[in-house]
Order: sequence, then C-alpha cells, then structure tokens
Amino acid sequence: MNQAFFLLLKRDLKLALRKRADLATSLFFFVIVASLFPLAIGPEVAVLSIIAPGVLWVAALLASMLSLTRLFASDLVDGSLEQLLLAPQPLAWLLLAKILAHWLTCALPLVLLAPLIGLQYALASNVLAVLTLSLLLGTPALSLIGAIGAALTLGVRGSGLLVALLVLPLYIPLLIFGADAVAASQHGMSATAQLSLLAAGSLLALVLAPVATAAALRISVE
Amino acid sequence: MHINWFKYSTPQTFYPLAGRMLPWFFGLAVMFGLAGLYVSLALAPTDFQQGEAYRIIFVHVPAAWMSMLIYIIMAAWAGLGLALNARLPAMMAQALAPTGALFTVLALLTGSLWGKPMWGAWWVWDARLTSELILLFLYIGFIALQSSIADPRRADRAGALLALVGVVNVPIIYFSVKWWNTLHQGASINMTNAPTMATTMLIGMLLMTLALWMYTIAVALLRVRCIMLERERSSAWVQILYEVQALPELNTMPGAKT
Amino acid sequence: MLTVHDLACVRGDRLLFKNLSVVLNAGGLLYVLGDNGSGKSSLLKLLCGLLTPETGSVHWCAQNISHAPEVYQSNLTYIGHLNGIKDDLSALENLSFSSGIAGKHVTASEVLDALQAIGIERYAHVAMSELSQGQKRRVALARLWLTSSQLWILDEPFAALDAAAITTLAARLTEHLADGGMAVITSHQEVNINAKSTQSLRLGH
Repeated sequence: MNQAFFLLLKRDLKLALRKRADLATSLFFFVIVASLFPLAIGPEVAVLSIIAPGVLWVAALLASMLSLTRLFASDLVDGSLEQLLLAPQPLAWLLLAKILAHWLTCALPLVLLAPLIGLQYALASNVLAVLTLSLLLGTPALSLIGAIGAALTLGVRGSGLLVALLVLPLYIPLLIFGADAVAASQHGMSATAQLSLLAAGSLLALVLAPVATAAALRISVE
Repeated sequence: MHINWFKYSTPQTFYPLAGRMLPWFFGLAVMFGLAGLYVSLALAPTDFQQGEAYRIIFVHVPAAWMSMLIYIIMAAWAGLGLALNARLPAMMAQALAPTGALFTVLALLTGSLWGKPMWGAWWVWDARLTSELILLFLYIGFIALQSSIADPRRADRAGALLALVGVVNVPIIYFSVKWWNTLHQGASINMTNAPTMATTMLIGMLLMTLALWMYTIAVALLRVRCIMLERERSSAWVQILYEVQALPELNTMPGAKT
Repeated sequence: MLTVHDLACVRGDRLLFKNLSVVLNAGGLLYVLGDNGSGKSSLLKLLCGLLTPETGSVHWCAQNISHAPEVYQSNLTYIGHLNGIKDDLSALENLSFSSGIAGKHVTASEVLDALQAIGIERYAHVAMSELSQGQKRRVALARLWLTSSQLWILDEPFAALDAAAITTLAARLTEHLADGGMAVITSHQEVNINAKSTQSLRLGH
C-alpha cells in the first residue's frame, strides 16, 4: 500500500516537473497580485505594513486556488482517473499522494517565495519568519480543502470560478488565523495561538479531506 | 398506531401529501405572523436607548436564526439522501436552499437597516453580520453547484457532500469570525449584546420565528412539488396529474416512459 | 465467476437497459453488442463498479461488488474508451506505473517485452504525446501482457488497430481465456477468439 502511495506521488511530481510552465504561472500570479496593492493604495510604508498580512495571505489563497482545477482535470481527460478509481488501494490514501504532490509543486514554492514578497512590504525579519511559518502550516489545509472543491466540480463548465465560490468561504478561518499570526508578530506579540490553530486546521483537513474528496470523485465520475 | 412512514418516501406518494399540508402551514405562518407583528409593533415597549427603530430586530433576529436552522436542516436532508441513495430527501434539500438564502439576505438587509440609525453606517463588520454573510456564501455555493451540474442525481449527491462539508465548517467559521471581531472592533459595536430583554420582546421574536418557520415549511413543500414535477416529468404518475393534463403543451414533452 | 442480476441503467433521463442478467465463468467470453448510444460503455462501467446501477447488482464469486470493491477490483483489468495513460510520460513509465498501482511490480524488461508483443517497443522511451492515436491505443493495450487479473473488461479494444495488431490481440485474448481468465468485450467487428464458452448480449431497441 505504501508502494502505491509513493508510486503515485513520484508520477505526479514527474508530470508537474515536465510541465514547469504551469507551476510558474501560479507563482507569478502570487507575485503580481501582491504587487497590485501598493500600486493601488500607494507606497507609504506605514500603510503597507498594516495591509501586508492580509494582502499576502489573500494573494497566497488566490494563487493556491487558481491551481486547483489542475489537480484532477488532466486525469479525467485521459482516463487515468477511472484507472485510479479501480486501483485496489483505498482511494483516500491515493488521493493524499496526489494532493501532496500538488502541494509540493504549487504551494511550497509560494511559501518559499513569500519572504521575498514580504520584503516589498517592508516587513521585519521576525515577521517574515512568522509569515513563512503561517503559510507553511496553513497551505496544506488550503490544498486539502481545495481538493474537495476540485473533485465536486470536476468536468463542470466554468468550474474554475465555481471552485472559488465553493472553497473560499471554507478558507476564511485559515485566512483569519494566518493573517492574524503575521499581524500579531508585527506588534511584537506571540503568534503561537494563531499558528497552533492553523496547524490544527491542517491536521483536521488531513484526516477528513481525503475521504471527502474520494466520495466527491466517485460522485463526479458517475 | 402503526404509521408506515416509508409510504411517503417516494415523490409519487409525497406529492399529494405535500399538497394537502401546504395550506395548513401557510395558515399557521399567517397566524403566527400576525400575532408576532402585533406583539412586536404594538405590545413591546419602546426601548429607551434605541427608540422605535430597534423594532427591526423582530425581523432581523428571527431571520438570522432561521437562516442558520435551515442550513442545518438542509444539510440533514441532503445527508439522508446521500446515505439512503434516495431522491426525495435530496429534493427537499434543494427546495430549502433558496428560502435559507432569502432569510440570510433578509437578516443582512435588516441588520443594515438597524445599523444605520444606531451607528450611522449601512454596514458594520460585527461578528454576527459577518457570519451571516459567510453563510450566504455557503448557500450560494450550494445553489450554484447544483445548478451547474446537468445530471440531477450527480447534482443531488455533490450538493449533499458540499452541504455536509459546510455544516462541519460552520462552527469553525463562527469561532474564527468571533476571534477576528474581538481583535479588531473590541466590544463597542456588538449587535449580539442584547440588553436585558423584556419578556414581551422575547415573545415577539419567538412568534416571528415560528411564523418564518411555518412559512419555510410551506414554501419548501410548494417548491419540492415543482421540483418533483420537473424531474419526474416523464414518469406516468406525473402525466396523469390534473395540473399536467390541464396544460396540453406539457403532454407533448419527450421522454422515455419507465 | 461473474454474475449479473437484473441490472438496469439510467443515464441522465434515459433508461438504457433493464432486466439484464448474465453469468460468466472461467474461460468465458462475453461480447456486448449494440448500436452507438445503446449503453455498452455504461454496462462495462457498471461491471467495473465505476457506476452504480439503478436496480440490480453485480456479483463476483457470490459477493456483491459494492460490498467489497477492492477485492473485486484487484482481480480486474479495465481498458475503456480512454487510454488511461499520461501524455507527458513515456510508454515505459506509463506501464510501470499502471502495473505498480495495480499491485504488481514489473521490471523494465517485462515492460519492453509487452511493448514488443504489440509491436511498438521502439517507442518505449518516447513521450506519449509524440505518438499517434493508434500507437497510444497499443500502449494502453500492452497492459494486457503485464497483468495477471482474471477478469478483463475491454471497451472496443480492436478499434484503431491494424490487421496484424488485431491478430496479436486476439491471440492474447485466446491465451488468457485458455488460462482460466474471463473477458467482456464490446466490439463492432468480427474477431476470431477461441473461448471455452462465448456469449453475446445485444443492447438497445
């Protein structure tokens, strides 16, 4: 059973790396969105430092969401998805491998790039550390919950926007705690509570989301 | 007395039952509504802080309560439909959603109307209003998902899964919004802090809630009948209905007879 | 042994078929025939457990497949209309993956042998996106030389193949059935496959 997990993980990573252009687009989307706000609001450092936690988290959220349809779309089109449904391993376990591959290729680069973008907002280095940590702890939940949305809207026309509509309300708690973690560290306070809540959210999603995604896939493929 | 509940578990048998129950629920809604309006407008005392404008809470609070209750009931029906692989519970969930969304909008609008004379702003980001807004997004998501999927059974099941995921998230969302609210607004603007309620005010709100509840049931029954007619249009029991026979163009609708 | 009881299928608003019952034993071949749109592909998916029937059930060795799907599916190889292979991987990578995920580890040389059997071993390391439809189909079918499942469910396996490939595939099927395997196939063409027992099922009006 472990073998199948790593086999699928390796395959999806290989596929993602062969289509490197796709990965770059969500990363650049993050960069562009984060740059829009100073352009719209003005470059005063005082203002930027207030909006930074929210803007950076929202940009990361939107960039993550952009890549969700990619999770199952190509598998649906070439028939690999039905083969996955017929594999003798538990579907939820296999989907966890897919979601992990997706997180590693779409979300982890964001997490690693975030400190650089944070510098554009003149954040101090301890704040940058909390920003990175909050994204590291929160993005797994984003990928896991997003997978449920991607599975529910599989093959539906206009699914890109529909996924956003379904999944963004569910993202709101993560957004609140993530942005607040960064804001707290900006004010010199400890962000442990917020970060713990983010971690708890990701753990809860880790346990529940693959099963819900498996159910959603079976519903969508009928 | 042995009641065979399963007798009414198919669209064919539930359709006439729903039709018979409908007028009673509308009647109850009107009765409770009139009583509630009388208590809220005439009997409840004028609030010495807020004047007459506060009376909007007699619509705002019941609408908010109902919007949350309907979401849970909708999710329960949807879950039942998923678990039993049955059509009728799924149709009930589909019938409840628009009313739930309507009450959420009503709660938001009345909240806004209350806010303006109170705090001079058309919108305040207090915990309850913000949670209502997010609840509206959840309702819209459910309705949008169901309408985007062509196959009705897939739409039923996908919507059910979404509703169940939503129901699990609602407490999490509420908790996180309260957290967010206490950080940023302090306790200055807080609609949820009802000052000691006079008993009449409470009775007024309860009566209005009951009115909205009866209305919800009546409208859901009405809507589910329409949904049944539409989805089961090709089956024999629909085609012999008086309503369908009376409209000749409906009789020429294509569809395989089962 | 595969048993189908009183199966009915509804897709969208249409009833495709009902009261369908069939029994397939070891060494048996079932042809599913019918016009386009008569429900052949849906029937095959019902047999795999990818779709749930409106009424009726499918049983494998006397157990309902919806109660123990993993046991059933580990004994099943399904090749549908879609090839189930990734365009960005090579034939070798695709086949190693599909065998591995089905629980059977295969070596590179076994994969190359399978590709050779169906005549495309020289494309083993080429990305699938560079191959023609017919060649991709052959890569998908090469799984049949690597799998050890007892039941094969194949949707139009002979379409898009040339005469030589058809003969090769038919021979492989004959070999599989002689070894105690079973197969359910849809096909528009007459193919020469020797089986212990051959049944055909015609769907549609």
